[in-house]
Amino acid sequence: MKSILILIFFFSVNCLSANTIVVGKDQPIHALKRAVELAKNGDTILLKQGSYAEGNIVIGKSITLIGIGMPVLDGLQKNEILTITGHNVTIKGIRFLNAGYSSMNDYAALKIVDATNIRIEQNIIEKASFAIHIANSTFSTIRNNKIVGTNKSEHSSGNGIHLWKCGNMKIEGNSIQGHRDGIYFEFVTHSTISKNVSEKNIRYGLHFMFSNDDAYLGNTFRNNGAGVAVMYTRNVRMENNLFENNWGPSAYGILLKDISDSHIKNNRFVENTVAIHMEGSSRIMIEKNTFKANGWAFKVQASCDDNTFYKNNFFGNSFDIATNGDKSLNTFNNNYWDKYEAYDINRDGIGDKPYHPVSMYAMIVEQNPTTIMLMNSFMIKLLDKAEKAIPSLTPENLVDAAPMMKPNKL
Amino acid sequence: MTRLIRYVLYDILRNKVVITYALFLFVVSFSLFQLEENESKAILSLLNIVLIVVPLIGMIFTTIHYYNSYEFIELMLSQPLSRKRILLSEFTGVAVSLLCAFAFGVGVPVLIFSFNDTGFALLIAGGALTLIFTSIAFLASVKSRDKARGIGFTLLLWFYFALIYDGLVLLVLFSFSDYPMEKFTLLLSALNPIDLARISIMLKMDVSALMGYTGALYKNFFGTGAGMLFTGSIMLLWIILPLWWAVTAFNKKDM
Repeated sequence: MKSILILIFFFSVNCLSANTIVVGKDQPIHALKRAVELAKNGDTILLKQGSYAEGNIVIGKSITLIGIGMPVLDGLQKNEILTITGHNVTIKGIRFLNAGYSSMNDYAALKIVDATNIRIEQNIIEKASFAIHIANSTFSTIRNNKIVGTNKSEHSSGNGIHLWKCGNMKIEGNSIQGHRDGIYFEFVTHSTISKNVSEKNIRYGLHFMFSNDDAYLGNTFRNNGAGVAVMYTRNVRMENNLFENNWGPSAYGILLKDISDSHIKNNRFVENTVAIHMEGSSRIMIEKNTFKANGWAFKVQASCDDNTFYKNNFFGNSFDIATNGDKSLNTFNNNYWDKYEAYDINRDGIGDKPYHPVSMYAMIVEQNPTTIMLMNSFMIKLLDKAEKAIPSLTPENLVDAAPMMKPNKL
Repeated sequence: MTRLIRYVLYDILRNKVVITYALFLFVVSFSLFQLEENESKAILSLLNIVLIVVPLIGMIFTTIHYYNSYEFIELMLSQPLSRKRILLSEFTGVAVSLLCAFAFGVGVPVLIFSFNDTGFALLIAGGALTLIFTSIAFLASVKSRDKARGIGFTLLLWFYFALIYDGLVLLVLFSFSDYPMEKFTLLLSALNPIDLARISIMLKMDVSALMGYTGALYKNFFGTGAGMLFTGSIMLLWIILPLWWAVTAFNKKDM
């Protein structure tokens, strides 16, 4: 009862002090710019349906801007549309169109600079170079926005959601396509990226650098030019994501470069050219992932150490693991490999023979990529069998000592 | 000519080898699909059958059939029939029966269990390989003097196409690994019908792996309409050229 009273109290105080300003063609105030000028901290601006082209609008106060019936803010392809700075700003239900492009400045449909506690929700952003550009901000939420870019060349288009030097951010449930990088993180810490769909971007679905203690959970990265890149970082949790159809000579489900102490768990990798490419990475736990119909499930460069591959399932990949060295400093255990052929006499579900997941042919292709034309040929099969009997080229200690007979239940 | 083909077909049906072959293919493909829970693995095993067994059986059967019906051919030569016609009827008879066996043995299980692009590519490639190796076997048998030599020669050819050629390609690719060999491998693949068949199936099956490095080139080349036309016409050349050569040799041959 007490808490309800307090709630009612706060609500009434809020109502008393905060004004609502309505902006519309048929209202006393026609222009959003004017409304922003008039508004005081804590006010709400309701933007009615219609198209507004007012150049660059700067919001430096704590206001809530809500669109009614998806009003359009048009940048006429020359302006940055909305610039937000300060704290406690909410932008909701607005359609941003035609933000400008400049090769000098990073113009964005929505730019957030030096801000705290910003909420960007349920907006639609179309034909922008940078859609949402956030710099030096904290404790903000970007949720359920729909971002569609123009899919131009790599240098003339910007990122969908771009974060630079931020902390404690939440990027949730957005759908992003047709930008350079779908989501871009640089110097962003303690943040979560969840349930986003990032697809058909020119470069990476997610581009992630120098950003420690972050998590990305339950996202879908599909059909991006180069997949997802996670670089120069530690303490990242990557769980329940789907990586699909990232095709190309340098396209990866995930590219891990100089990553340490991270978790990759319960993800699904389907039909990527390379599902996970790892270099210079250490102490990563890779468990309970599913790898299906990829070209290469893993490319583990010799510069990786102390990584653990545990209870993953491999189905129908052309190559399970490829490596470029003759030593392996990683541990493989209890994975299910569909290419494993052995017996289980004591019936404990674990195969009685260790499995060497790197085939001779994988080594050959690694050294000489043109030999891909011989894939599945009888000769290659013979070579693989011979290598299995008398290993000489494949790294002998890259081995799953206890492979599973049946797929792991995930 | 149709009557001649009919005689050849009767003859083939009577000795039951083709029926056994069809049943063998059927049992193998059916059990592959039944045993493997994973359909793509079954198709992979079936790919080996199509690339190895189909050419081998096709060639051996054709050669043996040719020498076994040598007397029949001689008898026909005494009739007012052109040599070309006799050899082409023999070819048609053998090719049709082998094709039927393949269509039944592999076609039916594939259509039941894996009715998709990959399965379809597998059937087309298998059919083409049957025709190609029948044609090559006719050339080998017409050129060789007796049965032992003929079979030896066909075995050697099979060995070359199925195994040695790929070894040579591997050798070439490694010796010239400092040079851009991507375009050259396209040419290399056209020089061996088994490789050509394998690559056209792979484009459907291992598409993800092929999207890397050289593979993208294949996909761009063979994956397009022009590429398919290229594959088709090279396959057709592999059927027609050996057969044409066999016919000319047969025309001049002192029986």
